[in-house]
Amino acid sequence: MAGPIALRTSSVSTAIPGATAESPWVKWLLIALTLGFLTLFLFVPLAAVFTEALRKGWNAYLASFSDPAALAAIKLTLLTAAIAVPLNLVFGLAAAWAIARFNFVGKNLLLTLIDLPFAVSPVISGLIYVLLFGLQGWLGPFLAEHDLKIIFAVPGIVLATVFVTFPFVARELIPLMQEQGSEEEQAALSLGASGWQTFWRVTLPNVKWALLYGVILCNARAMGEFGAVSVVSGHIRGKTNTIPLHVEILYNEYNFVAAFAVASLLAILALLTLAAKSLVEWQVRRQAAAPLEPTPAEE
Amino acid sequence: MLKRSLVLALAALLAAGSVFAADVTLLNVSYDPTRELYVEFNAAFARHWKAKTGDTVTVQQSHGGSGKQARAVIDGLEADVVTLALAGDIDAVADKAKLLPPDWQKRLPHNSSPYTSTIVFLVRKGNPRGIKDWNDLVRPGVSVITPNPKTSGGARWNYLAAWGYALKQKGGTDTTARDFVTALFRNVPVLDSGARGSTTTFVQRGLGDVFISWENEAFLAVKEFGADKFEIVVPSISILAEPPVTVVDKVADKRGTRKVAEAYLNHLYSPEGQDIAGRNYYRPRLPEAAKTYEKQFPKINLFTIDELFGGWKSAQDKHFKDGGVFDQIYTPGK
Repeated sequence: MAGPIALRTSSVSTAIPGATAESPWVKWLLIALTLGFLTLFLFVPLAAVFTEALRKGWNAYLASFSDPAALAAIKLTLLTAAIAVPLNLVFGLAAAWAIARFNFVGKNLLLTLIDLPFAVSPVISGLIYVLLFGLQGWLGPFLAEHDLKIIFAVPGIVLATVFVTFPFVARELIPLMQEQGSEEEQAALSLGASGWQTFWRVTLPNVKWALLYGVILCNARAMGEFGAVSVVSGHIRGKTNTIPLHVEILYNEYNFVAAFAVASLLAILALLTLAAKSLVEWQVRRQAAAPLEPTPAEE
Repeated sequence: MLKRSLVLALAALLAAGSVFAADVTLLNVSYDPTRELYVEFNAAFARHWKAKTGDTVTVQQSHGGSGKQARAVIDGLEADVVTLALAGDIDAVADKAKLLPPDWQKRLPHNSSPYTSTIVFLVRKGNPRGIKDWNDLVRPGVSVITPNPKTSGGARWNYLAAWGYALKQKGGTDTTARDFVTALFRNVPVLDSGARGSTTTFVQRGLGDVFISWENEAFLAVKEFGADKFEIVVPSISILAEPPVTVVDKVADKRGTRKVAEAYLNHLYSPEGQDIAGRNYYRPRLPEAAKTYEKQFPKINLFTIDELFGGWKSAQDKHFKDGGVFDQIYTPGK
């Protein structure tokens, strides 16, 4: 049912004991290596963030969030994610639908284009918008004349974030929908369901976990994006700084406690994302374990 | 129709609001090390302006490498005033985006630079490498930290100070100066994009034996991290750095902020502004303020950019533009 996710996250374990010929010490060596690597590159930095943030106690930690500039950064980040994630949800569904259900010329090209934001450096993504909307850019004079601000303002930050995060939902859905095929939908249609009914009752329930999974990843990236946003932000304190940019500013101002305190927000977000992701995977696994139970749509 | 009139009413309301509510915001786009200076100065100016006119002014700040900041203003970052590291960067704004007249530097006293600074060395406590002057920086094995002259104003002052030192040596010519600066940059392991990035590289990450730095930035690092960790070395000769300030005419006129923007910059020259500059380790221009902070600043033999390089325009063209001397002598990754 949710084959692609399950495969990718290797939640359905296919390892059979004794099936591999390696001796136990290879196994333990590999485990030790992985753990060592994780400790060095993940656990230690994560612990460092919280230690530094709490170096001067809880009061200093909490005071970091009452700074108006920090609050503005948090608000802007939430706003950006609140726009970018729903947009990408709709786009991702539409793109996955188009690619999985229809055959058309240029389908492979479209697939490649969806992957583009993964392939290009985020800095380039930001620069594209400067080239387009900057005062010296293609649309710059027109925008200036009509007093429309795109870059160095909220719209530019949202645009850059949407661009960087748009593959997440689509990429989760496409393989799943391709695998599922359209039999269930055709059945629904032939039984007299309308297009919308089919979508709400058959398509959406079939992809909901993959969709949620994509949304979680998309949201994490939208809130954490640095490079592309940095290029289009203008770094106006209290106005166009998102949380990651604000962390950089605080760090550069030698305000280490506040920098790490605000960074700990992003770390907490990452941990929540991991938890949510695990929950979704667990749900998927549960459904995969009972494939013969009818789904609500089929009842 | 209803929608249209609603929009009109809203627009009228907004317009009326901006006329009556005396709530002004200014955006000051500045370079890296001035963060602390302008945090203090903005608060002082807001008090001054409130007392004088009754209006509330909020000055927003944006900081980064000077060249990068100029680029952002050229690309449409709406700065009412720019306070950058060197005249060349504001020239670029005048030249590329035509947002202010080319003779902007004549509008305020002292080449539009309310404070000056110079370039000194920051070394680790006890000066383990025995760095005393510019020629110690080209010794093999000495690791030198400086930002990227392409994006950082301070780095361009660093570069020109080194060049000027070599020129001023006996038998110094353009060729010897070029060789000297080439040797110096061979000792640079990493170029950050702004002065503050380089400071953190040297201070926090512990890279390098000597950091060529703005005097004010070096003082600030010693203050923040303790005189038990770092010390300042004053070279035999350095450059007089004049960070200029100006109103960005087109932006200020469009936003209707010219009056307050001009008052903001003028206040930098006032006794209060000069005192704040001195307190933040910038050398004040006003004789009284200069006297107050006299002891703080070491006496250095200074040359000017006009004297040795014929001003920023020719220095920029010769050294820092694409394919200029810096591009020819610096090959990264060594």
